[in-house]
Amino acid sequence: MAKAMQTPSGLAAPRGASAKESAVTAFVRDTAAVAEIEIRKLGRDPIELFTRAIQPTLWLLVFGQVFGRMKAIPTGNLSYLTFMVPGILAQSVLFIAIFYGISVIWERDLGILQKLLVTPAARTSLVLGKALSAGVRGLSQGIIIYLLALLLSVPIRLEVGPIVAVFGFIILGSALFSTFSLAVACLVKTRERFMGIGQVLTMPLFFASNAIYPLSVMPAWLRALAKINPLSYQVDALRALMVEGGQSIFGLGTDLTVQLVVLAAFVLLTAKLYPNVVR
Amino acid sequence: MAISPDHNAKQEAIGRIDAPDSKNSPSALPAIETLSLTRRFGALTAVNELSLFVPPGCIFGLLGPNGAGKTTTIKMLTTILPPSAGTARVAGFDIVRDTVGVRRNIGYVSQMISADGALTGYENLLLFARLYGIERQLRRERVAEALRFMGLEDAAKTLVRNYSGGMIRRLEIAQSMMHHPRVLFLDEPTVGLDPVARHAVWEHLRGLRNNFGTTILMTTHDMEEADELCETIAIMHLSQAVAVGSPSALKGQVGPEADLDDVFVHFAGGSIEYGEGYADTVRARRTARRLG
Repeated sequence: MAKAMQTPSGLAAPRGASAKESAVTAFVRDTAAVAEIEIRKLGRDPIELFTRAIQPTLWLLVFGQVFGRMKAIPTGNLSYLTFMVPGILAQSVLFIAIFYGISVIWERDLGILQKLLVTPAARTSLVLGKALSAGVRGLSQGIIIYLLALLLSVPIRLEVGPIVAVFGFIILGSALFSTFSLAVACLVKTRERFMGIGQVLTMPLFFASNAIYPLSVMPAWLRALAKINPLSYQVDALRALMVEGGQSIFGLGTDLTVQLVVLAAFVLLTAKLYPNVVR
Repeated sequence: MAISPDHNAKQEAIGRIDAPDSKNSPSALPAIETLSLTRRFGALTAVNELSLFVPPGCIFGLLGPNGAGKTTTIKMLTTILPPSAGTARVAGFDIVRDTVGVRRNIGYVSQMISADGALTGYENLLLFARLYGIERQLRRERVAEALRFMGLEDAAKTLVRNYSGGMIRRLEIAQSMMHHPRVLFLDEPTVGLDPVARHAVWEHLRGLRNNFGTTILMTTHDMEEADELCETIAIMHLSQAVAVGSPSALKGQVGPEADLDDVFVHFAGGSIEYGEGYADTVRARRTARRLG
């Protein structure tokens, strides 16, 4: 009897957990647990999301209007403002996600991270859970930009399918850039250094993309950079799905695949770096 | 239920754990065993050839000046930091080869205020119940048990930022016990608490050990706490354990009238600070400020 209750090393059942539970089930559960908690916190303190609306509003109202009148940038059959709206949405997603990594430094300083790291949850769940909650922050930006675009009479595709797809891409893009941000935070470890690096990263990522001008007008070196910049694939997908007459240059399948692969790579990398923050 | 008393069976049982919910199982296996455990950071040796033995159900105190290596030791035993040399087993699992086995069987309470102030007590517990893999049917029960055990039932729906320091600490202990860990690690559990809250935490820790057979390893700078709570203490100094024994035995070694402060000074040689001192001090003060 006593012997029968012993389990071999490595297969030992965790207390209170089923021994048969698969790694996948545990991964999904833990990821959902982390994401849900972050979303609950966000729901209780949404002020930040509204202040975040100011910057895209300025870009569309000021920059978009002026450049639209100049007709300096060839945007094919789209007006410049129409061309720019998906770019500004992608920019908002980038800006809101790229500073997300600071939360891991906060959590380190509060001792929350140490506690999460000593649970049996996979590091990849901890990272992806946070990344998905960043996706919800990104969605708030999506809603704001849709409203702004309607106010500015930009021809928006108001169909359920494309809107759902846009929201899907927003979650994907936010998760991707927030995971990148978490990786950076794991490397630099302090708030001051992180804020400095965050500032340094955002503008090059934004300008080396097709957000506010098309690939076709770029010099070759910039176009080469833009093509390895995941933000370009985010913009490309949003442009095809969000506005009337918008077209994808890379193809939506490529946009999706590139971002998924980069996200997966960043999740694995960040999971590896995660314990660094507390060492 | 318990492991067979047969000697060979015990030998076999090394590296295994017994049935998931056995409480107080009289096992001779150490809860924590370290063998020449060493951690270096570049030229600095934070922990040097530490060999400790903590029997199951023991409340074990790790004392020593800042920078003596207490925190590094806990980081290694909780699998956050790999050792540079040596080995250790926690709850029967190797801290390097079977990190997940270790993590399933331990709880950890940070010195810092680690409960999330933006969540309710209940939500704080639910998150950890899920991360510890407690089955859905059992989750509610375990959360309720932990709340009851730590005397927090009435505060379950309150945001933690409105808790007192003592309540936060009790919630953090509740978070770390829902999966009935065999070993609980606490980093200065009562730093910054008022005397009433401090005694309440002590009572709860004793209760945990008595009810669940939990082995407790804690660090502390509070000699009264070590004397009151710990059955065995180890004094670390310059990255090594310089004295191990019961508080009374150590006092006896120093002198007939000695208290634990004298023991500390005798073995750790005053209050010379090394290495991590600054960071430790900043953290302790920040915690104290937020609690106080």
